[in-house]
Amino acid sequence: MMLSFISKRFGEMAVALLLMSVVVFLLGRMTGDPVALLLSDYSTPQDQARVERELGLDQPLVEQYGAFIVNVFKGELGNSIMGDQSPAAELILERFPASLQLAGVALLISFLIGVPLGVVAATHRGKTLDFAARLVALIGQSVPIFWLGIMLMYLFSVRLHLLPTSGYGTAAHFVLPAATMSLFTIAAVTRLVRASMVDILNAEYIKLARIKGLPESVVIWKHALRNSLIPVLTFMGSFFANMITGAVVIETVFAWPGIGRLAYEAILNRDFPVIQAVVLFMTALFIGANLVVDLLYAWVDPRIRYGRR
Amino acid sequence: MLSMFRNPAIVIPGAVSLFMVCVALLAPALAPFDPLAGSLETRLLPPAWEANGDMAHLLGTDRMGRDVLSRLIHGAKISLSVVALALLIAGSIGSALGIVAGYVGGLTEALLMRLVDLALSLPIILIALLFGVVFGPDFGNIVIIISLVLWSQFARMARSETLKIKNSEFIDLARTAGLHPIAIMIRHIAPNVAGPLIVLATLQVGTVIIIEASLSFLGVGVPPPTPAWGSMIAEGRSYIVSEPWLCVIPGLAILVTVLAMNMLGDALAETLNPELARRPGGH
Repeated sequence: MMLSFISKRFGEMAVALLLMSVVVFLLGRMTGDPVALLLSDYSTPQDQARVERELGLDQPLVEQYGAFIVNVFKGELGNSIMGDQSPAAELILERFPASLQLAGVALLISFLIGVPLGVVAATHRGKTLDFAARLVALIGQSVPIFWLGIMLMYLFSVRLHLLPTSGYGTAAHFVLPAATMSLFTIAAVTRLVRASMVDILNAEYIKLARIKGLPESVVIWKHALRNSLIPVLTFMGSFFANMITGAVVIETVFAWPGIGRLAYEAILNRDFPVIQAVVLFMTALFIGANLVVDLLYAWVDPRIRYGRR
Repeated sequence: MLSMFRNPAIVIPGAVSLFMVCVALLAPALAPFDPLAGSLETRLLPPAWEANGDMAHLLGTDRMGRDVLSRLIHGAKISLSVVALALLIAGSIGSALGIVAGYVGGLTEALLMRLVDLALSLPIILIALLFGVVFGPDFGNIVIIISLVLWSQFARMARSETLKIKNSEFIDLARTAGLHPIAIMIRHIAPNVAGPLIVLATLQVGTVIIIEASLSFLGVGVPPPTPAWGSMIAEGRSYIVSEPWLCVIPGLAILVTVLAMNMLGDALAETLNPELARRPGGH
């Protein structure tokens, strides 16, 4: 049962990736004639035909797509049109660790703040603390993150001189971008934990634990919390995926040398091979993260693998 | 229903949202200046409450001497037009496909729902970026991109709502009376699944405003010099040290609007409680 579930999810992932590669390939063909970019104004039609043959552009579209996919699997994602024309794959590998670090730190912060906030909101339901936690959650989901980043930078760097404005290197450099990146996830974790905690606190086994005379703190932070974290787990993949894509704006604001900023620079320069490569790479990450979480969840909760899906 | 209008959780965000909609609709009449007309003499004026502010330009002027308030008001028109059009397109196409999938069932349902899963598994902002780069910044493109992203959620909800009422008595009666399936879907199913779909649309307004602002911020949204909140923030970013209001003001406009819409959506979802409010088979 588990095996058929896994193979089914892998199949779905493959289809999504394939579709995305077709979209990327077709959009790449629409960005303009690559031959015109390569040739000078004085070239003859014969030159044009020769270059087209060399690039394989005289082949049917399906065959061109086939060649494109083969190259993708070989890790050949084309070369940047800027500077020393480095291979796009190389640029991505160079920049990826910085993005991964930032997303990891942000994810950690989200849990360290979001989980206690959600628990406190649930145990103080209807009181001031609950209201405050819900307000934080609501604002976190309503503020445009790129603007939040600029405001934090203005307040803590420009006005208070407490933190570096942008760049990468020391632990202090992490504070503002990670805080910006985690706010949305803090909000989401708080809401999820609060909702499931409210349900669980009414469950029979919690009543039993209380009747047994366990201290309230043990009942809440051990027995109730453990089960209310399961829904958070299901959203882990989408949190991580959101952070990867959110990286485009946050890394741009804080000049963070990750793949998000690479994407933005490529957009500014209309460097299509790089844009194409980054989008394919991020899509694979996005879909991969969701797959991992689905599998984890099916492992934790058998109802999923035997159920509807 | 009437008690809704006495609930402050609905009335306050509702009033703010309504205000924003009015500002957007009346933009040309409300804006004190032409949002595109600059002047070298009035470059980078601070807001009126600052020491050397000018009462004529309440929220100051930008680097080209254009009135920030006027640009903000016209920006509301741009943002809310994108929202209205994208939700109209995505909402109606998504809901129609969802109702068909739920009512017809079988292979149609399986195929449509696979498509929905696929659409939900793709990274939204990245696709939008790619389209923006290829087709250039353009108002129509943004509406199409955002609709492409949103339809799947409407389809999913419309299908599950349709499944709930599909076998109820009044649908059976309509079928027995010989009504065409298309007529059943339009006349009997659609009105009964509309409630939760409208709540979903309210909850999506904030998302659409933020996507549009992010795209404009990254330079693939509404093209300059048209005033859009996101691109106003992007332009103001370079002046954050000396003229912070250029960045603060449009961001606050986004925050207030999205906050109001999200609060309204949450309160509506809670009040109308789509699970409880609909009597099975009722009208």
